[in-house]
Amino acid sequence: MSLETIIGLLAWGAWTSVQIFFFTLIGSLPLGLVVAFGRMSKFTPLRWLVRFYISVMRGTPLILQLFIVYFGPFYLFGVQMGQDYRFTATLIAFILNYAAYFAEIYRSGIESLPRGQYEAAAVLGYSRAQTFMRIIFPQVFKRIIPPLTNEVITLVKDTALAFTLGVAEMFTQARAIVSSQGNLIAFLIAGVFYYTFNALVAFLMERVEKAFAYYHE
Amino acid sequence: MSNTRANILSIEQARKSFGDTEVLHNISLSVDAGEVVAIIGPSGSGKSTLLRCATLLERLDGGCLRYDGEAIAAPDERGHMAYAPAKILQAVRMKFGLVFQDFNLFPHFSVMKNITDPPIQVQKRPKDEVFAEAEALLKKMGLEGKDAALPCELSGGQQQRVSIARALALKPEILYFDEPTSALDPELTGEILRVIRSLAAEHMTMVIVTHEMSFAREVADRIIFMDGGVIIEQGSAKELVDHPRHERLRAFLNKLDT
Repeated sequence: MSLETIIGLLAWGAWTSVQIFFFTLIGSLPLGLVVAFGRMSKFTPLRWLVRFYISVMRGTPLILQLFIVYFGPFYLFGVQMGQDYRFTATLIAFILNYAAYFAEIYRSGIESLPRGQYEAAAVLGYSRAQTFMRIIFPQVFKRIIPPLTNEVITLVKDTALAFTLGVAEMFTQARAIVSSQGNLIAFLIAGVFYYTFNALVAFLMERVEKAFAYYHE
Repeated sequence: MSNTRANILSIEQARKSFGDTEVLHNISLSVDAGEVVAIIGPSGSGKSTLLRCATLLERLDGGCLRYDGEAIAAPDERGHMAYAPAKILQAVRMKFGLVFQDFNLFPHFSVMKNITDPPIQVQKRPKDEVFAEAEALLKKMGLEGKDAALPCELSGGQQQRVSIARALALKPEILYFDEPTSALDPELTGEILRVIRSLAAEHMTMVIVTHEMSFAREVADRIIFMDGGVIIEQGSAKELVDHPRHERLRAFLNKLDT
């Protein structure tokens, strides 16, 4: 295998990892908010259903969830999925899993805001949507930046689990190269990739945190 | 019923319980335009709950609540408490303002935005007009130059003055104060009382829950003494403070003096 081929394979893997990362965030950050609302709903059956969903997502291994989403259509419904389903299944499993974690982070933030903020908004006549968008969410977001950062950093590393479905992301590629080359250089490069990726995530989240540091309560 | 003054708030036979404890027991209260009413009483007497029911933060279990003669909450034909539809309640909220004990300013908004955001977002009023009025309100509150400040950069007294300005910016017919000085250091209460005094001089209709007895005596037209969820005694401010008739009121006033 030429060096060029190796670099090409790893670059392709890195790009795939980055895609898993961003698509998961784009899907799970908003979905998590919807889940959080369900978790706090006044409608008891919905609340319990969402609670159950969250407990399953948090209580079972992500790798198992990946397999169930991947093999589910065939074993449960007899539907044969195409080759691209590997990537789609990865995203579905990741989004469902991360939405559950994000939901709990949102919920903790929303419930930590003093009731007086809601009451002031109500007396001033803000609608429910205005209260959430203008008063509650900006303050909640500031409070949940640290746990959110943790979760996003975990996601960077979790993208390597897509290996189990044969998605050609960074770890999959590195492993293939290592077994054909007989040395660990590809693993080393993969390690540097994940580390740099997370350093970037940490740096950006710190910037966001600073942007919200203009006030305190 | 006074002949010239319009009735703004009318509460009749209000009842409110939290679990098994009844905190309001057949309370009736009527406030006319331009009146300043002070509500006094020991903690747990139901004063704050009464304000919270009047400002729709809590729902009454019984009785009748009216603004400008319009029934907002009343029992239906089966005797169950019924509130007006949400749309009407939303409109009614524009008739009153509430100043909280602990300000409840929005910490992520500047002083100016705290004051201007509700008129712009809720009342959809033109920005220039709202900003001009907010400037005037800041001046009136002695907060010139604080437009860009954040609540966390202000003293408690300044924060409370911003919250009064925020309530006034919506041009309420009646302004409620829920122990507006209780969260403040003693040296800061004076500035809040001054502001309320000047509002009283402008005949702003106000209901003030307070522990500042001499202030209540001076500024209020009428004082209501509550204890145990009922109105024990009410009357003109000076009469009630200087010549309390009821034993519980006397005991309460004596305890405050020491």
